[in-house]
Amino acid sequence: MRAELKFVELDNVSLTYGGGTLAVDKLDLSIARGEFAAVVGPSGCGKSTLMKLVTGLAPASKGNVVVAGREVAGPLKIVGMAFQNPTLLPWRTTLDNVLLPLEIVQPYKATFRRDREKHVARAKALLATVGLKGFEERYPWQLSGGMQQRASLCRALIHEPDLLMLDEPFAALDAFTREELWAVLQDLWLQRRFTCMLVTHDLREAVYLADTVHVMSARPGRVIETKTIDIPRPRTLETTFEPHFVDLVHHLRARIAQARVAA
Amino acid sequence: MSRRWQEALGPWFVVLALFALWEGVVIAARLPSFVLPAPTEVFATLVQFAGPISQHSLHTLMTTLIGFGFSVIGGVALGAAIGASQVAYKAVFPVLVGFNSIPKVAIVPVLIIWFGIGTVPAVITAFLISFFPIVVNVATGIATLEPELRDVLRSLGASKFDILRKVGLPRAAPYFFASLKVAITLAFVGSIISETVGSNEGVGYLMLQASSRFQIPLVFAALVVVAAMGITMYAIFAGLERRMTGWATRGMDQAAYATGH
Repeated sequence: MRAELKFVELDNVSLTYGGGTLAVDKLDLSIARGEFAAVVGPSGCGKSTLMKLVTGLAPASKGNVVVAGREVAGPLKIVGMAFQNPTLLPWRTTLDNVLLPLEIVQPYKATFRRDREKHVARAKALLATVGLKGFEERYPWQLSGGMQQRASLCRALIHEPDLLMLDEPFAALDAFTREELWAVLQDLWLQRRFTCMLVTHDLREAVYLADTVHVMSARPGRVIETKTIDIPRPRTLETTFEPHFVDLVHHLRARIAQARVAA
Repeated sequence: MSRRWQEALGPWFVVLALFALWEGVVIAARLPSFVLPAPTEVFATLVQFAGPISQHSLHTLMTTLIGFGFSVIGGVALGAAIGASQVAYKAVFPVLVGFNSIPKVAIVPVLIIWFGIGTVPAVITAFLISFFPIVVNVATGIATLEPELRDVLRSLGASKFDILRKVGLPRAAPYFFASLKVAITLAFVGSIISETVGSNEGVGYLMLQASSRFQIPLVFAALVVVAAMGITMYAIFAGLERRMTGWATRGMDQAAYATGH
């Protein structure tokens, strides 16, 4: 990988929380522009801390975090985020929830009122691509969990962020809905090719979606293996039953088992 | 009778039953009217003194609403400030609790010394007593914002003010409207306490005068009017709450909802 293509780079990063817990230690990780990276690891390994480090929500105690060629010093403004909890605002319709980032993020904020119709059209188109056509005027609590998560993905993408951060976004969904949303997310990524960092503990999810899977050790977390997933796209549910896919999942599982024993 | 009708008529039925019980006790125990007047006598007095009662009641209503208005403005401002900053929350809260623990009736004489007998001490007492629930509720609504949501907004470059405006205040709205229902009834208590201690107008003053002349039916007539005003204002704010923040109580029974929290 050539250096100038790196979009996210963590170099020897450590983070100690206020209480003295070392959450991540001497962590090295890089993600190329347009790459889909997944981070897996045993629970409590500091995956969510890694998200905070990359987005600048938590400053590193030691080492450098560089995103888009700049050292991260405060919260980044080019990021879209989605979490296990969809965190939609219950007083806004689905459409208005998706539009929220445009009311906050520059350059859209300054002209939001004037360009509202244009933005609404864009939001509706995005909702349609995730299968939420006709649900624009519903409130989040009138949607199922899977639909809320789709809307949450749209909110993370509406302002066309350079970097999409996903923290176990499908963990609370049932298995069928989860697999459906893998396809939705893959389609979105194939269309738009944003850089994506997915934190998950579902190894099949990681292998299905990612170009590269990073395995983290138990706390204090560090990357112990980086595995390139050489399965052609678009991947389908059928892919997940192919021997190569299964082998990759087995390999990752073994590494995580080792990491847990080591802890 | 359908459930809806039962719910609509239930409160009226309870009120009527209460009056019937009261009347029955007074007749059975042959209580003289200077001890406990019967409801029929209370309502007769209410009609007889309709002029002075309505004049004093309107004065109390106005006093209460002015004090309440100040506590809404001050309560939202202070609640937003301490809800948005944990440092401010921890710094200000003990003092607030301290102020709230002081019996307001103890402050009224001081207020009368400062501002003289009349409307001003009553307005201030109404304000002081109804301010606290609004502050606490608004602050709680803002402070309990989900950390993930804060992260989403911060990673969009939202300022503290953006977060407060787009999420904090709307999120605090159900708490705010719930506190208004409590605050308005407290405001009545505040202004009437003040009028009782030192005033020459208002329902509190009227009741004090009436009881010193042993016109107990008039005291009760005034109490009934105060209760009716309290219920009316409560109903107005409960209705406003339903209109403004229906999203917060989705699927919940209207009756279960009116109890607040």
